[in-house]
Amino acid sequence: MNMISVRKLWKEYGDQVVLENVSLEVKEREFITVVGASGCGKSTFLRMLLGQETPTRGEFLIDGKPLPDEPGPDRGIVFQRYSVFPHLTVLENVMLGLELERAPLLGKLFGRKRGEIRERATAMLDEVGLYHARDKYATELSGGMQQRLSIAQSVIKQPRILLLDEPFGALDPGISADMHKLILRLWEEHHMTIFMVTHDIKEGFDLGTRLLVFDKARLDAQAPNAYGATITYDIPLHVTSQKMLQEMAEAKARTERFTDGLAAA
Amino acid sequence: MRRLLNLRPDRGSRLLLGLLPFVALLIVYLIASDMRLEENPNDKMLPAISTFADSIAQFAFQEDKRTGVITLWADTASSLQRLCIGLALAALGGLIFGILTGVLPYASAALSPLIAALSMIPPLAILPILFIIFGLGELSKVILIVIGVAPFVMRDIGMRVAELPAEQLIKVQTLGASTWQAVLRVVLPQMLPRLIDAVRLSLGPAWLFLIAAEAIAATDGLGYRIFLVRRYLAMDIILPYVVWITVLAFMMDLLLRMLSRKVFPWYQRA
Repeated sequence: MNMISVRKLWKEYGDQVVLENVSLEVKEREFITVVGASGCGKSTFLRMLLGQETPTRGEFLIDGKPLPDEPGPDRGIVFQRYSVFPHLTVLENVMLGLELERAPLLGKLFGRKRGEIRERATAMLDEVGLYHARDKYATELSGGMQQRLSIAQSVIKQPRILLLDEPFGALDPGISADMHKLILRLWEEHHMTIFMVTHDIKEGFDLGTRLLVFDKARLDAQAPNAYGATITYDIPLHVTSQKMLQEMAEAKARTERFTDGLAAA
Repeated sequence: MRRLLNLRPDRGSRLLLGLLPFVALLIVYLIASDMRLEENPNDKMLPAISTFADSIAQFAFQEDKRTGVITLWADTASSLQRLCIGLALAALGGLIFGILTGVLPYASAALSPLIAALSMIPPLAILPILFIIFGLGELSKVILIVIGVAPFVMRDIGMRVAELPAEQLIKVQTLGASTWQAVLRVVLPQMLPRLIDAVRLSLGPAWLFLIAAEAIAATDGLGYRIFLVRRYLAMDIILPYVVWITVLAFMMDLLLRMLSRKVFPWYQRA
């Protein structure tokens, strides 16, 4: 059975249609990258996976059951920014998830138990290359290192699904390359299913085993909100054809011109 | 020559410039005092330095013959006790309710309108009510400070909680936190240095309420003393007391700032 099933899903805010008729089947351990013009429902889709939004119509199932309607430890998240805790050191940031699980009342461990999870957290930091910075406060790190930390924070909880919301969008291109290696290695080692939203089509192709394009199939300049976005391309990445790439880039550019035109008008 | 707005004083001249107005004020006072005393040696309005010295010696270093205590220290102890208990209760209450309304939309819906309304009541207007309910003892003075300061702290902390990036609270939920754990590990620790900021801003109002309450009904305290000796136009006591209160307020502010720096080093960096 597929892990995630999305069937005829719609999301509407009043008379604004964000997503229309989205259907999708995802198997365990896929690395799915999601691209699309801004305002095409990528983030809404991710927030639904996270449990922050519920579908207006249709089904969003995980293991055959409806998705919980709030965030939980089976689905980790790394945002573009602000997902590390400034008042904790790097090590404490990574230990937090384990402490919350083991200390329901105080959310904090002491003594021998703390020593045990400290070891696990230290090993995790070593894995993402932050061992040397373990005693710094999170906000003393550079943007790229903060993203590594945020990833380590989530991965140590062994989530089944890891959601990445434009995680490398604010980083320098040179740093992104290192981050790509890191995320692929963690994906292999920790047996996760990954959804990654990105605005960089090339990144989407480089990383994913499958690429989804969210786009509006119908555009109406008189009623720009009447039609929502749906998955217009669903590409298994080992059979990419050059023609398809071309088509996709054109479709994205067309929608962007359209949305920009609306914004300018 | 550079533009005036680009000229910056160095460390030494900054200190000197800062001292200058104080020295100027002092000189103006001395001249004015001298002029008045020349005309009338019994003038009480602007006492001479020697008169100040005598009064300070009497109030700050000698036991009062009737009560057997050193007046200034006894007044200071009473006032600081009221002020600190009042501020501590206001901070604690403000922190708890501020976090409650900041984190829980239901708590905010139920409490925010009430807090907004209550914070509009001028605390001094209900001082008579406090005297009637709690009597003229310590309790009513402490309660006045709490009522005057707590609503501000509450609303301030509520807003600071709302300013935390939404990403943080979502992230901690994906790390498995319950509401309680999210408050305890993410919200509360980040609110403590902001609470110190709020208390520092409340020091002025807290002193105001303290002195008002002491002026109206008390048997000791800095505010009580000032209003007592006013009957004898004793400027030689009132002015040193005012300076002393200012020094105390300044020291409290300084201590709180140092505490924040020492205990929450991450807060200064962020």
